[in-house]
Formats: sequence, structure tokens, C-alpha cells
Amino acid sequence: MNDETNYYHEKLKEIEKRYSKEEDERLKKWRETTLKNWEKLTNPVYKDYENSSGIKIRDLYTETDLPQNMEDITGLPGEYPFTRGVYPNMYRGKLWTMRMFSGFGSPEDTNKRLKYLISHGETGLSVAFDMPTLYAYDCDNPKSEGEIGKCGVNVTTLKDMETIFDGIDLSKVTTSMTINAPAHVLTAMYFAIAQKQGLDLNNVGGTVQADILKEYIAQKEWIYPPEAHLRIIRDMMTYCTENAKKWNYISISGYHIREAGASAVQELAFTLADGFYYVEMGKKAGLDVDKFAPRLSFFFNSSINFFEEIAKMRAARRIWTTVLKEKFGAKNPRTMMLRFHTQTSGYSLTWQQPLNNIIRTTVEAMAAILGGTQSLHTNSYDEAMALPTEDAVKVALRTQQILAEETGIADTVDPLGGSYYIEWLTSKMEEEAMRYFDKIESMGGILEAVKNGYIQREIAATSYKRQKRLEDGKEIMVGVNKYVDEDEKPLNILRIGKEAEKRQLERLREVKSKRDETLVKKTLDDLKNAFLDENKNIMPYVIEAVKSYATIEEISNVGREIYGGWKEPVIV
Amino acid sequence: MVDGKNQSLFKDKPIKILLAKPGIDGHDRGVFVLAKAFRDAGMEVLYAGLLPTPEEVVDTAVNEDVDVVALSLLNGAHMTVFKKVADLMRQRGIDDIALVGGGTIPDEDKPLLEAMGISGNYGPGTPLSVIIEHVTRRAEEARLKKLR
Repeated sequence: MNDETNYYHEKLKEIEKRYSKEEDERLKKWRETTLKNWEKLTNPVYKDYENSSGIKIRDLYTETDLPQNMEDITGLPGEYPFTRGVYPNMYRGKLWTMRMFSGFGSPEDTNKRLKYLISHGETGLSVAFDMPTLYAYDCDNPKSEGEIGKCGVNVTTLKDMETIFDGIDLSKVTTSMTINAPAHVLTAMYFAIAQKQGLDLNNVGGTVQADILKEYIAQKEWIYPPEAHLRIIRDMMTYCTENAKKWNYISISGYHIREAGASAVQELAFTLADGFYYVEMGKKAGLDVDKFAPRLSFFFNSSINFFEEIAKMRAARRIWTTVLKEKFGAKNPRTMMLRFHTQTSGYSLTWQQPLNNIIRTTVEAMAAILGGTQSLHTNSYDEAMALPTEDAVKVALRTQQILAEETGIADTVDPLGGSYYIEWLTSKMEEEAMRYFDKIESMGGILEAVKNGYIQREIAATSYKRQKRLEDGKEIMVGVNKYVDEDEKPLNILRIGKEAEKRQLERLREVKSKRDETLVKKTLDDLKNAFLDENKNIMPYVIEAVKSYATIEEISNVGREIYGGWKEPVIV
Repeated sequence: MVDGKNQSLFKDKPIKILLAKPGIDGHDRGVFVLAKAFRDAGMEVLYAGLLPTPEEVVDTAVNEDVDVVALSLLNGAHMTVFKKVADLMRQRGIDDIALVGGGTIPDEDKPLLEAMGISGNYGPGTPLSVIIEHVTRRAEEARLKKLR
């Protein structure tokens, strides 16, 4: 047991002490008379009243459920510990960024989709890449056959990125890129384009996911063993802290952890545990926590249990703030702020009766807004089946615009703050997350818990439990296990044909015929030497390699030769 | 063990199934749920791990002498990657291992996959009992061929 174990353990004991109030006479009387008499007249609905995290929900919450020192642990918006929001006036000062995750087919297809969304009022860009890009295989690798442009856009060289952002002014828009294992390569490409547009990198705003711990936990898109990726992240961290001050070089993501089957509490706990690891890593690299940690941002899922999601997001802010201050010695309030993007849950959508998905997405988007998100992606109703059509994605974007401009949901800060149920649940989520931190620490930390498969097995167990609950009818999915339609009408979905693949192969041939092979070889050799020297930062060398039009696979192979691959532990 | 017409077929050796996600796709939620469900139904379950090539999937199936290979993809590449597995099995003359599939598979692709010998092709939301029943039926066919 070291000091760090003690921190989470002590914190847990502190949280557990928050509830010691007993129901007062007035409530006891209500329960024994009013409620009892009513129950005699009615048939109680059978339900086990359990949320995704297995927390039992009682019939009524009152002031006796509020944590004892509620004002201290909640605070005011824009102030420690940011439970009610990171900014004092929240959406009255700045609406959340409407950032639709988009990318499919060829770079030309994606460029067209991005411009379509901008023209319909989207306020930030978010790019989805296909499987070969995510695993850093070129489009002409035999493994990529049949995969090009299917799950996102294909990027093999800088030329593809130039095409994606053609005609888009990078000084006017921020871009989020869902890329992890080769995040350094895509970051380098984006920087190269920004420089071509004449921009100072310190003025370039955007985000790459680069959260490799959650890849081993959930999304499973890695190239090397964890230590190699963590070194690359360290280099991005130090490079961007110096040279690209507005670049969020990591987006610590719970989204995929949740989609892989985790509960809300597991998403909260495992994501923040990953975040704490990156903070420790930055400190170990000799960086000042108040210099680098303000650029750490988060990405959460918003699923279908409305209040649970809101409580999760409020708890996330409070935990991050408290731990950053108390454990990691942060002094600047900006360092302690947990800023996050939200995506509504893909798993909650059904291919049965797809229009129902619009309603699910709306409820989830409302939870994200009430949870205080800084940016939001809303899924399209056809996404249980395929990447969205233009029509479907427009409805999803309009959903956000209706919520923002018609409903009044964003008119006041944290409208649910002070609600007996929400405050109780926020505190409960915090407590359950703390229990996981305590356990993870006792196992030797998150990296160990991921390498031995503990985290993955926890998620798989929850996922199976949820499936059994669906099978038993304890949980309902409309159109799936209740209110089923015998005849489903086919929906017009987006099909990605072979054209994107053909186009990419042609473009790669052309790039290779025009590039300076000697230069490519030199930049790759330089990168190799940088990799071999633990004290060197690889980022400047990656940027040079990208500019020479070396491919994503050629660049990644430098690391593959040094570090090899990774085989995951047994999960099931 | 679920009911099958030929329960006695599996009396000494339960259904042996290989779950695989060939190609490059990390969406493993469904495959893990199925692994647990098949195991709870009394089957012997193997998982090919992430990112196996179609060759590796077929090699493992043969070496382990499984009854069923269950393929799962949620990345839209099933028409290319499932086909590679089916082609390899045919080229090698393997007819005593059943091939089933699942994932995000549009309706119009299902008959094409069936024609390749890949049956099931269930999507998200399919009850586990339906999948187990189908796998059991295909396993019976395979086992009968093994006993020829």
C-alpha cells in the first residue's frame, strides 16, 4: 500500500460519511399513511428500478438525501469544484459546439459532407476515419481490401488530408479527429496543412483522440504495445504544450468504453482513471501540471437513462477537479476544469423502427446539455445500420438546433442543480467511481489493470448482464423486445461502393510517382533515430515525414520494427 | 444444453465453436456476449482474438476441429472479408465445419451471404435463443458430416 492508494481510499470514506441524515417524522408519517393508503388503491408497476450502474432507485428523494455539506461539494458554476458547470454563465456565454462526427468514402465525399454540414449551421468539425486509417494500414495493403471508406474516410498520405480540408479555413473552425494509435501522424498532417494555409500552429484549434488506454480497454485499435504508444503521447504532450497551445492532443474518452458494454459508473471510473494516468505521465515527463493539464479534454457517452447520464457528467467534473487539486497539486482553476464533448449512444439505437431513434437521440442530447457539455454530436436515426445519409444527418443536426433555440433548455445554468434526486445520484456516482479507483490502485494502477484484462472483463460482464436483462424483459427496447412490428419497412441507407477504394488506390499511385523517394527515406530514417533515443521528441520528425508524403503505414512501420505489435489478454 | 433433434450427437463431445472477427474491426461487444451465451448453453467456445486474417481463422478452425465458425463484423466489410473465409473453406474442401455470420448486415446482403454458405447473419437485437438454436442446427449438420 502506498500513499496513492490511501488517497482514493480516504476519499471514499469521506464521501460515505456524506449521508447520515435520517428520514424525519414528516416523511415517516407520509410513508406510513399517504403512500400506504395510495398503494392499497393502486397496483404498483412491477419494475426493479435499477439504472445501468446497478444503483437501486428509490420511490422518492427529499432534502434528507442531499449530501450534508452540499454547498461546499457543489459550489457555484465557474468555481471550484465545478459541479454546476465549468463556466459561470454556461450557454448564455457560449452555446455548446455542434460537432457532427462525419467521414465516409473518399476524401472528396467527406469534404462535400463537411461543407454540407457547415452550410446547415454546424459550428465545429469532427472527422471519422476508416478502419485501415485507424490501424495505420495503407489503402493498398491487402488487409485494407473491402474496408476503404466503409467506417469513415480513408487517409493514406497528406494528399488525402489536403483534399478533406480543401476550401475550409482552419483559422475559422476547430476540428476534432477520432484517431488514436496513429494520432501523431494525423496531427502532423493537420499541422502541415495549417502551415500551408499560413497559420501559426499556436492559433490552430482542434482535438485528436489519442487516448490509447481506452483503445486497449474498448475500441481495440492499437498498433504497438502500450508503452510505445504512451511514449508517443508523451511526445505529443510536450510538443503541443510548447508549439501548438490550442491543440487538444488528447481527448480522454469514455464513449467507446460505454459502447463496449460498460455501465455509466464504469464509464465514469475507467475514463477518469485513464485521465489520472496521463496527468501522472505529464508530471513524470517534467511538465508543470498547470501548463499541460488544461489541454486535457474529455469525451463522454450520453445514453438513454436520462438522470443517470446527467448525474454522471456532474460527478465527472467534481471528481476531476478534486483529484487534480488534492492529489496532483494543480493550482490554476483552468487546470481543474473538466471540459468535454458528448456523443449520444449508438448502442441505444435500434435498426427496428428506425424513426424511434430520433426520440432516443433527443432525450440523450437533452441529458448532455443538462449535464453541461461543451460540444455535442447527435446520432442519426439510420446509424444502427450504416453511416448516415444526408437527410438523416440533417435531422440530427436540427435536433440540436431545436433544443438550443426553441426549447429554453439552455437559458439558465445547471437547471437541475439542487434537485434532491440529481444531487443524491451525482454523489452516488462519485462514490461508486471512487470505489473503482481504490480497487484499481490496489491492483497497481490502471495500466496494470488493463494489461491483465481486469477492466475489459468488468465491461464484458456488465454487457452480458444487460443482454440477459433484455432477454428477461427486465429492460425494454421498444421495437426490439416490446411493441415489435412484424413487418419492418426497409430504410434507404448509405451504401459505400468500390469507387472510394479505386479512387484512393489511384491517388496513392500518383503520389508515389511524384514524391522524392530519397527525401522520404531520409525522413523515415530520421524518425527511426528519434524513436531510438528515449530523450528525443518524435513529433518534429513525424511532421517532416508527413510533408515528404510518406504514407501512414510507412511512418507507422518505423515503430512496428522497433516495438512490434500487441496481443490482448484473454477476456472471455 | 439447448434442445436439438440430435442431442445424442453431442453427448460425449459438446458443440465446439470458433468465434472470429476476421479483417480489421475492433467492435467486440457482440462477440463477447455470444461467447458467454454459447458457453452457458454448454458449448465449447474458442475466440480467435482480434484482427486474425481469414487464413488464420480457417487454420484454427481445422486445427481445433470445430463444428461451427461464427464470424462477426460491424465495420461494413462483410461482403469482402466473410467471402474470403468462405472461399478458403471451399478451396480446401472443408464441408464438415458450418459457417455462420452476424453483425451490421443490410437485408439485401443476406441472400448473397447465404449463397456463399454463410447462414444466420443476425443483427443487433436478435434474441440469444434464436442465435443459439440456429448454431445448434448448423452444428448438427456439421457433426453428422464429421461422422460419415
